[in-house]
Amino acid sequence: MQLTRTARAIAAALAAAWLLCPAPSVAGVLADDRADVMFHYYDGGGVTIDGPSVLVRKKFAEKYAVNASYYVDMVSSASIDVITTASPYKEERTQYGLGFEYLRGKVTYAASFSNSKENDYDADTASFSISQDMFGDLTTVALSFSRGKDDVTRRGDPLFAEKVDRHIYGIDVSQIVTKKLILAASWETTTEEGFLNNPYRRVRFADNSPRGYDYEFERYPHTRTGNAIGLRGRYYLPYRAALQGDYRWYNDTWGITGNTFEVSYTQPIGDRLMFDAHLRYYMQNAADFYSDLFPRQNFQNFLARDKETSTMNSQTLGFGIGYEFHVPWAPFIQKAEVNLKYDFIRFNYDDFRDLRVTGVPAGTEPLYGFDANVIRLFFSGWF
Amino acid sequence: MTLSRALFALLAALAFSGCSHIEPWVKPYERENLADPIMAWDRDPVSTSYMLHVYESREGARGAAGATGGGCGCN
Repeated sequence: MQLTRTARAIAAALAAAWLLCPAPSVAGVLADDRADVMFHYYDGGGVTIDGPSVLVRKKFAEKYAVNASYYVDMVSSASIDVITTASPYKEERTQYGLGFEYLRGKVTYAASFSNSKENDYDADTASFSISQDMFGDLTTVALSFSRGKDDVTRRGDPLFAEKVDRHIYGIDVSQIVTKKLILAASWETTTEEGFLNNPYRRVRFADNSPRGYDYEFERYPHTRTGNAIGLRGRYYLPYRAALQGDYRWYNDTWGITGNTFEVSYTQPIGDRLMFDAHLRYYMQNAADFYSDLFPRQNFQNFLARDKETSTMNSQTLGFGIGYEFHVPWAPFIQKAEVNLKYDFIRFNYDDFRDLRVTGVPAGTEPLYGFDANVIRLFFSGWF
Repeated sequence: MTLSRALFALLAALAFSGCSHIEPWVKPYERENLADPIMAWDRDPVSTSYMLHVYESREGARGAAGATGGGCGCN
């Protein structure tokens, strides 16, 4: 909680500093008017998720901008968790978002609200941020704060009703270093309080039954505070192309430490084609209260066997290609672009075993892992 | 605690110095490459936010995944 108080104090002091600064004489700029329509598809580990996503932003008088978003996940799940402890299911998640920006001098104020709804989870999030260009526009500093309130229910259990309260504090600094190099650093603290585990997931514990184990519901702590620090650099190569490196360190009060490394490359080809490639590696250790097989029922206060809290790593290789074109029958669209992006992700688990394999002593099943294919096809128009 | 105080002092100094004038060492007319769309941190926000959601649903870590705002000198 010390970090939370520190984050709050820093955010408050910096916000006050910004508000006390006189409005600079040279104006900043808001992002261009743009609309995106995307179809997304995910297939991996027995789970298929697809649906549309729409984002539209429009500015007025070069000082105000509004944006609206709509997103749908249509889920068909027969994941390993579902197969081993429940039945395959289908569900839909819908998310709406609305945002507003106000530019005053070089300071941009932004506020947004979003709602995500599915049959057993309802989440509201409100966010506010202030960003300012300074030092001759070489530096951009942004402060952000989000507040989330979730309602958690469980299908088939009308008496189950829980809540989650979430606060997110963030600082981003983006710095022009040379004519070809930009660096950025981010710090984000997230505090959550309430029912933080999946209400369907179970842990397994050893017993004297023929298969050697049985299940009980997971029990997580009711608080979690996580800190993330991200560092990025983007470099304009001697020819027209860009190279980016990203690193993120994460640590939380559940004992999870994660490291993310990513390298990406952007290469335009002619005036109309844009090619992207990226490689990402992520690794984490398990939460303090995680075990693939507990020695007995109610072994400890907190129990987890959710593979997202296990010792794991993931590797991603992704490609994208974009094509810019004009729409002759819609002259109000200044330019349009169609993009196709594909990512292959491999997830490996070091202490989460594949319980589809039977006939072996409990705790000796092979380790689990799966491959995922992720596709995004989207059309963008600037107007 | 000492580290937190030092960090606070550093960031507060940075914030207040935003009121003063500093001569930019990369002039606005020298930012042609930086203003190129290929140098944007997030060229396709709808795709980026989707991928963040894909990872956050399957990994324990979250946050600090991208800078917002400019700093590119595009204006």
